Amino acid sequence: MAEITLKTLAHSYSKKPAGPEDYAIRKMEHVWAQGGAYALLGPSGCGKSTLLNIISGLVTPSEGDVLFDGKRMNELPPEKRNIAQVFQFPVIYDTMTVYDNLAFPLRNQGGFSEDWIREKVHEVADVLELSGELKRKAKNLSADQKQKVSMGRGLVREDVTAILFDEPLTVIDPQLKWRLRRKLKQIHERFDITMVYVTHDQLEASTFADKIALMYEGQIVQFGTPQELFERPAHTFVGYFIGSPGMNFFEPRLTDEGLMFNGKAIPVNEQILDKVRRSGSDNIRLGIRPEFVTLGTDTGEQRYEVTVTGVEDLGTYQMVDVEFGPVTVKVRIPEDQPVPNDAASIGFPDPWLKVYVDERLVEADHE
Amino acid sequence: MNKIENNKAWFFVIPVFVVVAFSAVIPLMTVVNYSVQDIFGANSAFWTGTEWYREMLRNPDLQAALLRQFAFSFAILAIEVPLGIGIALLMPKKGWAASAALVLVAMPLLIPLNVVGTIWQILARSDIGLLGWSLSSLGMDYNINANAADAWFTIILMDVWHWTPLIALLSYSGLRAIPDAYYQAARIDRASRWAVFRYIQLPKLTNVLVIGVLLRFMDSFMIYAEPFVLTGGGPGSSTTFLSQALTTMAVGQFDLGPAAAFSIIYFLIILAVSWVFYTAIMTLQKDKSAQQ
Repeated sequence: MAEITLKTLAHSYSKKPAGPEDYAIRKMEHVWAQGGAYALLGPSGCGKSTLLNIISGLVTPSEGDVLFDGKRMNELPPEKRNIAQVFQFPVIYDTMTVYDNLAFPLRNQGGFSEDWIREKVHEVADVLELSGELKRKAKNLSADQKQKVSMGRGLVREDVTAILFDEPLTVIDPQLKWRLRRKLKQIHERFDITMVYVTHDQLEASTFADKIALMYEGQIVQFGTPQELFERPAHTFVGYFIGSPGMNFFEPRLTDEGLMFNGKAIPVNEQILDKVRRSGSDNIRLGIRPEFVTLGTDTGEQRYEVTVTGVEDLGTYQMVDVEFGPVTVKVRIPEDQPVPNDAASIGFPDPWLKVYVDERLVEADHE
Repeated sequence: MNKIENNKAWFFVIPVFVVVAFSAVIPLMTVVNYSVQDIFGANSAFWTGTEWYREMLRNPDLQAALLRQFAFSFAILAIEVPLGIGIALLMPKKGWAASAALVLVAMPLLIPLNVVGTIWQILARSDIGLLGWSLSSLGMDYNINANAADAWFTIILMDVWHWTPLIALLSYSGLRAIPDAYYQAARIDRASRWAVFRYIQLPKLTNVLVIGVLLRFMDSFMIYAEPFVLTGGGPGSSTTFLSQALTTMAVGQFDLGPAAAFSIIYFLIILAVSWVFYTAIMTLQKDKSAQQ
């Protein structure tokens, strides 16, 4: 059983990193608790695979420590760490049968009787629905079965405390993806293993994981439940990356009266405004998700005049583009709500309008 | 759907048909034609049927050459394939060293066959040749013109020197094509170095090795120029391989009928052995349960 701690961890592939751009992983602190199902989500090239390989030991970090239950693991090779890793493309031993593939890690470990190995292999094959294929040569399996075999090799080992997945469903057909993901969840519930799942697909991340770590430019910018990432993005990138489409952003001007945009004041919480003022930064952004913007024709306090420029009917809902001064705001409204012809107004209901200073969320302190 | 009769698209096959006819079918049929007749001159040919074939198969010289040929081909395969794989495993994987190693390893392949024979002929001379002189200086009675074992040893060494690079280069390209994930997964599965070779590298090399083994078998089975230059088939006929025996018969004695019959037999042997090799290797990869 292992709790994986990353302590002041950073990694650069170049020998003499000059600036932060040279780092694949920028200085981070993170803890993956024992038994959790986590997703490591982020765009291509954000360092998520590097981070995974550092945890498994395939890459040695250039700075900081990797701790398993408080024990430093940096120098230990992957074979000495109690982890398993499933790769993007299924890795199977071509010439072996499925049975031998699953038994392979146990035989390498040594000291187990064939009877015990057989029992263990059958147990895992059962869970993965591979029992019927045990005698087949692994190279003749379909892609999803191969990927299950890759996974199975991690599951047979009793010493495995964490399984790391590196975009394991890339080569799987969409219908099977859904089934395999469910399978993963079941396995997680049954075996009490820490699972870290790397993906660039937010849907995959949120269906698999209890908690998502969202990575951007070598850093974990937010770690939270799918709901938290959706409702309270801690970083503008989270707002942009999660949700489809992502958050609407616009840049207000900070004046003595408050935040102004398009000639009108946009009221925000006093405490937040105070923090924005004290930050002294002029990189201020307001963000709201298309789901939370209200669209109508009524005017008045805290309604902002806009022009409707486009409507996209997506079957179960409508996505409306409105021109709000210099920016286009996307609004998601129910299928049956009439779309105002031309002149319309939008509103930003209170808890959903977020303020970002230097790309990071500013919030009122909780009392 | 009704099949269209008189499909004119068949005409598209004509160019290929013509090329194959001229490159393979017509020359082969000419040989078949010679092999079933006894030809004395332009207008005097006698039908002999399978007589030449029977005679050739009973000819003790050719039987001996055939045995020698098999011994030679299997010997060089047994050395070159493992050695080539070994070299490929040792070759650097990246950087300038990889390029340098590739060029060095490929060098022997660029030398014409009769030049290879000449090089080794000189190398084996006990008066001025590096190999011959060294062995003689060490007190060994090394003479490829008098001692059959020495001649064999030198020919095999020459072929290994000349052609192991082919297996090495093929294996090297095969090894480079294995994704890193395989090695990473093997480390996580705690596979030993031997297990990595046995279960990852060797299976992934199967396809290139099939090509390598077939090429080397066919080429070595047809070897002519190098032993001809190096030993001239001797001492005695101890290094006379099939193609040299055939040439002596066809060109030297101008026995066209027997030579043609023998060519056909020669061709069929290569075809049969290659087929057996190929089928054997491919069957290894099949599913046992799928065959039932």
